[in-house]
Amino acid sequence: MRWFWIDRITYLDKGKTARAVKNVSLAEEHLHDHFPGYPVMPQSLMIEGMAQTSGVLAGSTVDYKANIILAKVSKATFYRLVRPGDQLIFESHLVTSSPEGHRAETTITCEGELVAESSMMFVNLNSGPEKEGVFVFTDAFMQLLRECPNFDPDASGGPGGRDG
Amino acid sequence: MSDKEEIFSKVRESLVEALSVDDDEVTMEASLTRDLGAESIDFLDIVFRLEKSFGIKIPRGDLFPEDLLSNPEYVQDGRLNRAGLVELQKRLPYADLTAFKENPAVGNLGDVFTVGMIVNYVDSRAGKA
Repeated sequence: MRWFWIDRITYLDKGKTARAVKNVSLAEEHLHDHFPGYPVMPQSLMIEGMAQTSGVLAGSTVDYKANIILAKVSKATFYRLVRPGDQLIFESHLVTSSPEGHRAETTITCEGELVAESSMMFVNLNSGPEKEGVFVFTDAFMQLLRECPNFDPDASGGPGGRDG
Repeated sequence: MSDKEEIFSKVRESLVEALSVDDDEVTMEASLTRDLGAESIDFLDIVFRLEKSFGIKIPRGDLFPEDLLSNPEYVQDGRLNRAGLVELQKRLPYADLTAFKENPAVGNLGDVFTVGMIVNYVDSRAGKA
């Protein structure tokens, strides 16, 4: 199992907006325990998906060359249950960005209906790649990013584009 | 509503959102750490929200000069020395350091960061604009 709670990044406007999609499948092991006979996607994993979507966005401000980590979930509100077969759309906006950190606001919708919303803080770690390497934006993570239709690896995000 | 009351109202709104505290907990005397439970990451959150709310840019260390604490020139045996206190007063002319000066232990610096200090800071920034 890999720790990805978004399946595909569908849109990236560097430093401004990111969108991702997640298809919830009954093949996911944990859904059989949460809960037996009534599978529901855990809200903690929706938070992880929102953190991954907004982390992609925050990472675009440093061209994925430094480590940026989730530091605080200021707010997370959930409005409905998510069940197998649901397709979640994550949309994240970078509200504020500085050399120290970022604040992002993210929503999850399913068929146009609001599922959840959050406000999160990220910090840029001081240790540069020369010290510890970039352990946040790994090769596997960058592969996910390269599949985004408007991700330009040369421009490390490039200008905005249309959803794929 | 006077200018200062208006500033306080907006500062309170930022703190309620950043720290998940109730309106009535945010008084001018309340310390961000001791009374409102702020942790280090919250200071960046507060700065971001103030910048947005007041349309100002707050340079790093301008409002919360925590960098003083990692400077050996200003800290000895876990306390701010005389030079450190002079520098702190210079950096925070709008803060009341009377109580802190009696026991300038590094761990007590958080008590200096009060709601009133933020209001005075924003007020001084508005005066310069």
